[in-house]
Amino acid sequence: MTAQKNRGALSIRNVTKIYDPEGVNVMAVDNCSMEIAAGEVCMIVGPSGCGKTTLLNAIAGFHSITHGEILLDGEMLCGPGKPKADMGAERMVVFQHGALFPWKTLAENVAYGPIVQGVLPKKQALEKAREMLAEAGIGNVLDKYPGEVSSGMSRRAEIVRALINDPKVLLLDEPYRAMDALTKSIMHESLLETYDRTKVTIFFITHDLEEAIFLGDKVHVVTTRPCQLKKTVEVNIPRPRSYETQSSEEFRILMEEVNEAVHEEAIKAFQAGERELA
Amino acid sequence: MSQTAATTTVPKLTKAPTGLALFFYRIGKSFQTPTPYLTIFGVALWLFTWWLLCEGLKVDRFDKIPGPVAVSKDLFSFTPFQGISIFTEEFYNHIMVSCRRIAIAFAIATGVGVPLGLFMGWSRRIRDYAFPILETLRPIPILAWVPLSILMFPGFEAPVIFLATLASLFVTALNTMLGVDSIDEEYFRAAGCLGSSNWDIFKNVVVPGALPFVFTGLQISIGVAWFSLVAAEMVSGDHGLGYLIVDSYMNNVTVPMVIGMITLGFIGWFTSILVRMLGNWLMQWHVKALALQGR
Amino acid sequence: MTDIAQPSTHAAAPVTPRRRSALQKLVQNQSLWRGILAIIVFLILWEIGARWDEWFGREWMIPGVGLIPPPTDVAAAWVEVLPKPGYWESWYSSFKRVLSGFLMAMLLGIPFGLMLAVNKYFRDVFFPPFEILRPIPPLAWVPASLIFWPTNEMSIAFITFLGAFFTIVINVLGGARNIDVRYLRAAQSMGASQWDLFSKIILPGTLPSIFTGAAVGMGITWEVVLAAEMISGGGTQGGGGLGFFIWNSYMGGSLEQIVVGMISVGIAGYLCSTAIRMIGDWYMPWKRLH
Repeated sequence: MTAQKNRGALSIRNVTKIYDPEGVNVMAVDNCSMEIAAGEVCMIVGPSGCGKTTLLNAIAGFHSITHGEILLDGEMLCGPGKPKADMGAERMVVFQHGALFPWKTLAENVAYGPIVQGVLPKKQALEKAREMLAEAGIGNVLDKYPGEVSSGMSRRAEIVRALINDPKVLLLDEPYRAMDALTKSIMHESLLETYDRTKVTIFFITHDLEEAIFLGDKVHVVTTRPCQLKKTVEVNIPRPRSYETQSSEEFRILMEEVNEAVHEEAIKAFQAGERELA
Repeated sequence: MSQTAATTTVPKLTKAPTGLALFFYRIGKSFQTPTPYLTIFGVALWLFTWWLLCEGLKVDRFDKIPGPVAVSKDLFSFTPFQGISIFTEEFYNHIMVSCRRIAIAFAIATGVGVPLGLFMGWSRRIRDYAFPILETLRPIPILAWVPLSILMFPGFEAPVIFLATLASLFVTALNTMLGVDSIDEEYFRAAGCLGSSNWDIFKNVVVPGALPFVFTGLQISIGVAWFSLVAAEMVSGDHGLGYLIVDSYMNNVTVPMVIGMITLGFIGWFTSILVRMLGNWLMQWHVKALALQGR
Repeated sequence: MTDIAQPSTHAAAPVTPRRRSALQKLVQNQSLWRGILAIIVFLILWEIGARWDEWFGREWMIPGVGLIPPPTDVAAAWVEVLPKPGYWESWYSSFKRVLSGFLMAMLLGIPFGLMLAVNKYFRDVFFPPFEILRPIPPLAWVPASLIFWPTNEMSIAFITFLGAFFTIVINVLGGARNIDVRYLRAAQSMGASQWDLFSKIILPGTLPSIFTGAAVGMGITWEVVLAAEMISGGGTQGGGGLGFFIWNSYMGGSLEQIVVGMISVGIAGYLCSTAIRMIGDWYMPWKRLH
C-alpha cells in the first residue's frame, strides 16, 4: 500500500449540532473547531455521552450539522448550504459495537465495499479480501460468520473492511470499548502496525486515556455536553511504539496532564447524569 | 496411561459428533435424565384421563365424546365404522383440499406481505401512507369478513382462500416491518460508507437483516392461516378438514369429528415446523450465532 | 467560510435551545398528515369503486369490489342503526362473552404457565399434552363443545376460553423462562426466600409477557366469539352478539349492515386491546421508557 502523506487533512470549523427530539432542543456540539493534519492519529477524549460521536457522525455523513463546516483536504464535506455530508468510501467508520454484517462471512464482508462500488469484480474482490485478511493475521477464519468469531477477530476484520477501500481517513468510534485489557493491548499493537504501514489519517474516539496516549499523535480533550475543545496535548513519543512505551516516564507525565483535563469534565458529566446520546 | 484409565474413566471424546450422530448422542444423553420418562408419563396420563372420562367410567356428558379407543379403532381400520380412516380416500381428499388452500393463501400472503413490510420498514414515506390503512383494517377480526367475502367472491374456493390470505397478510407484513425496524442503524451506516447504492442497501442489509423476524412472522402467519381456514371452511366450505369437522357434527358422527381435529393439529404443527426449517436453512449465520450462545 | 468566529463564543451559534408547543408539533407531524391523507384517499377509492356500476352501468362493475356498499351508504346505515337498542344489546352480549372467556383464560392460564416455568417435573409431565392440543385451531373445537356443553352459551364460553388460554400460557412460560438469571442470583445473594424469588422477581419479570399474551389472546378471543356466534346462531338462545348481527345482516341481505357490524367489531376489539395496553403501561412504569 502506498504511503499517503498528503491526503486526509481534516478541518473542523465552528461546528455546532443541536438535536431536536420531542420538541426539546439538546445542544450536543457547541462551536467546536480542530485541525487534523494528513496522516495524523488524532484521539478525541471526553466523558461518556458528551457529543464526540455526534462529531464523528457529522464527518461520516450520518448526521447533519446545525452550523459550521467540515473540510477534507480543503474540500467542503458539509457547511453553509449543505448541512449533511455525503457518505463516501474516503471516510471509513469502524463502529462502537462492530457493524460487520452478521449475515455475511468475514471475507464477504471485506469484499463488500469494492464490489458495490464497482471497483473490482466479485471474484477478485473476494481474493483481495482473503489476502488482506491473511495479512492481518486472521486468515484462518475467513469463511466464518462474525457471530462465530471472537470480538477481537471481528474488530480486526472490520478495520480490514475499511482499509480495503483505501480511505483518506479512518473514523473509529470507541472500537475497543467492550474488550478486556489483554485483547485490547493486542488490538492496539495491530492498529499501530497497520498505521505504520498505511499512514492513513485516524480520527479515534475513546475514553480510555492510556489508549489515547499510546496510539495518538495528538490528544484532544473535549468538554462534557455540549462538546467543545478543551485542551490539546501533543504526544511526542517516537514511533514505532510498543507496549513497553506505556511504562516510560514521558508516558506517565502525559497521562497526568490529560487526566487532569478530563477528570474535571467527567465530574461535570456525572453530576448532570444525562443519558448518552446515540 | 493405563493406570489413570484404570482409576478414573477418562472421557474419550476425540471428535465432536455432528449431524445424525449428534442427534443420537443427544437422545442417548437425554435418556439419562428423567425428562423423556416424565414426558411419556404425561402423555399416557392425558390419554388415560380422556379414556377414563369418555369410555371407562362413561361420565355424564363426556360419554357423548368418542374416547381414544373408539377413535384409534376407526382411524386404523380398513372398514371404518363412521366412514373416515387413514385407509379411506376421502380422508386424504379433505387433507389435500385444505393443504392446497393453505398453500395458495400462504403463497399470496407471503408474496405480497413480505415486500410490503420491507418497503414499509425501509421507506418512511411508504410507511406513512400504507401503515395507517393497514392499522385501521387490522382490528376487524378476520371472521367478521366471512359474509362479505362469500358475497364478494364466487364459488366455494375463493372466499376461503381470501380469508386465510387476509389473516396471514397482516401478520407477515407487520412482522417484516418490525424486522426492518430491528436492524441496527449501524449496519445502514456501514453500508453507506462502504459506498452502497440504495438498491445495494436493500439487497444486502434490509432483506437479510429482517429475515429472522420475517420467519418468526411466517410461522405465526401460517398458524393464523389455519385458524381462519378452519373457520371459513366451517361456514362456507366444501371439503377440507374444517368442513369434515362440521359436517360430521351435522350428521351426528363424532369420531370423524375428532379425527378431523387431531389431523388439523398435526398438520398445523407440521407446516409450522416446515417454515422454521426453511428459515434455519436460509439463515445459517443466525443459527450458528445462536448455537454459540448456547441457545 | 464567511462567519468564522473565535472558538468558544456562543454568538456563532444561530439557534439556541427552545421548546416547541404541542400545537406546533401537531402541525409539523408529517407522518400524521400523510396517514390522514392515505385514509381519505382509501375511502374515496372505495366510494368510487363501489359506485362504479351505478354510474357506468352494470356491465362496468368491478368484480368483488363492486358488491361492497360505498362508505356513504355504510355511514347512513350506521346512523339508522345507532338508536336501536338491539344493536347495543349485540355489543353488550359480545363484550360479556369476550370478557368472561378472557378472564377465565387469564385466571387459569397465568398460574398454569408459571407452574410450568418454575417446576421442571411439572413441565415435563404437563407440557407435552399441552403441546399436542395447542396446534388444534380453537374453532375446530366448536362442534365438540356444542355436543359436550348443555347450553350454547356455555360452549361459546368454553371455546373463547380455549382460544385465549393457549396463547397466554405460552407467553407466560416463555416470559418466565427468559428472566435474566442474574436477577435471580442477585436476589438470592441478598437472602431472598423461594417465595420472595417468585413474587418479587419471577412475577414482575413475567409481567411484560403476560401483557403481550393478553393482547394477543384478546384478539383471538374476539375472533372466536365472532365465529361461535356465527356458527351456533346465538340469536336463538339469549343475546345475539355482534357476530350474530353480522350473520343476520348477511341472511337478510343487508350489505351495509354487514359492514357496519364489521366496523363495530373492529372498534370493540381495538378498545379492548387499547385497554390492555393502558393497563400494562400503568402497571409497568419501567417499560414506558421504551
